[in-house]
Amino acid sequence: MGVGIEVNNLNAWFGKAQVLNEVNMKIGPNAVTAVIGPSGCGKSTYVRCLNRMHETNPDARLTGSVKVGEMEIYAPGTDAVDVRRRIGMVFQKPNPFPTMSIYDNVAAGLRLNGFTRRAELDAAVESSLRMAALWEEVRDVLKKKSGASLSGGQQQRLCIARALAVQPELLLMDEPASALDPISTGKIEELIFQLKTKYTVVIVTHNMQQAARVADYTGFFLMGKLIEFDKTEKIFTTPSDKRTEDYITGRFG
Amino acid sequence: MRTRFQQGLDELKERLLEMGGLAESAIELASESLRKRDGRIAQEVFEREKLINESQRAIDEMGVDLLAMQQPMATDLRFVLAVLKINSDLERVGDLAVNIAQRSLNVAQEQELVIPVDIARMTTAVSTMVRRALESFLSAKSDVAQAVLQMDSIVDRMKDEAFITLVAQMKKDPERIRIYMDVLLITRSLERIADHATNIAEDVIFWVNGTDVRHNSRVATEPDSDRPASQ
Repeated sequence: MGVGIEVNNLNAWFGKAQVLNEVNMKIGPNAVTAVIGPSGCGKSTYVRCLNRMHETNPDARLTGSVKVGEMEIYAPGTDAVDVRRRIGMVFQKPNPFPTMSIYDNVAAGLRLNGFTRRAELDAAVESSLRMAALWEEVRDVLKKKSGASLSGGQQQRLCIARALAVQPELLLMDEPASALDPISTGKIEELIFQLKTKYTVVIVTHNMQQAARVADYTGFFLMGKLIEFDKTEKIFTTPSDKRTEDYITGRFG
Repeated sequence: MRTRFQQGLDELKERLLEMGGLAESAIELASESLRKRDGRIAQEVFEREKLINESQRAIDEMGVDLLAMQQPMATDLRFVLAVLKINSDLERVGDLAVNIAQRSLNVAQEQELVIPVDIARMTTAVSTMVRRALESFLSAKSDVAQAVLQMDSIVDRMKDEAFITLVAQMKKDPERIRIYMDVLLITRSLERIADHATNIAEDVIFWVNGTDVRHNSRVATEPDSDRPASQ
């Protein structure tokens, strides 16, 4: 089951530049939340703060709290690696391990977490690939083909399967379909819709139609601030803030 | 700024107002054909209706193109949806003007008949509603649209009064029942036009405020208990 997320007074910096400013957001479990906004608004930084990836940049720092389920991910003593295991992430550009087979790509996270029994690995790989809607396309070449040999859309679904294999509680996606053709994009969007039955999903997208198609809730960011956060249909039909309205109608700037 | 898109929206607005002008004049002409018992004026209503039907097709096409090609959002989405709905209402207004004109041809057979209800007064009220509804669309003013909604009950009352008067007249003068029925149906058509003006005003309120006020409801601006928390 997915978990809820509670973000309180989140501020983030790169060096002296503040990129997120007092962000508060509460997301219920098993919902898809889209994060939209113009380039540089802080939306990617925001999701990177949700699994402690922001701090991997040496100049980065943040204040505030992020609670995922019962876990305060910035509490002293919380292990960042454990956080990232529980919170999966899929990036814009599919990044399968190029020399590994399809099977090994999906099993990699499990092996790092100490799973070695063959039967367990086989079952987890199959169920992850099924959830990522890739199983039927690759079942006969699991160990024969490398991850890099797949098409872009298949590679992205492989990355999703890899993220799901370790059974995360939350799945973050940073523009997961922006490098894909419309058919692959459609498959990823359908998959996101299915995934919310088991996971909580947060997706960054610059494609507003995509946000409208897949998300239950949408947050609009502008210059590091969360301007508006509401049900997706409300944001796209009757937004409350003029800045949201200007952005989604293309009158921005 | 999406210039081409904005031009498309402006053009759509212009075409709808043009169609509104045709519908408004069709009502006036239909009423005049009754008042003057003149079949040639009724003929003009029939011609006007053909133009209204052509406009309806063109506006539908433009609206669907904008939806498909430009994927409007928020106020723009509400605007296109409102235009498509108002388009249907105006087309029906044209049909009802034709109904009135056809009935007036029957009434014209009885040049000496004194019509016992004030059709001109009712027509003025109905035409005013249509005009105000179109003005509210032109100026994007929901208060003007709101005023149209208030007027609907006045027209309803006029129709009810006409019904009572005409039924009494039918009893008094049963040989002319058919003609009084025509007059009764004319008042019914006028009342239906007022309903379409009300629909147009409701669509304008939806476009401007994002509020659904149909059937005495008020949706979209009410606080939403299911709304997620944010800053």
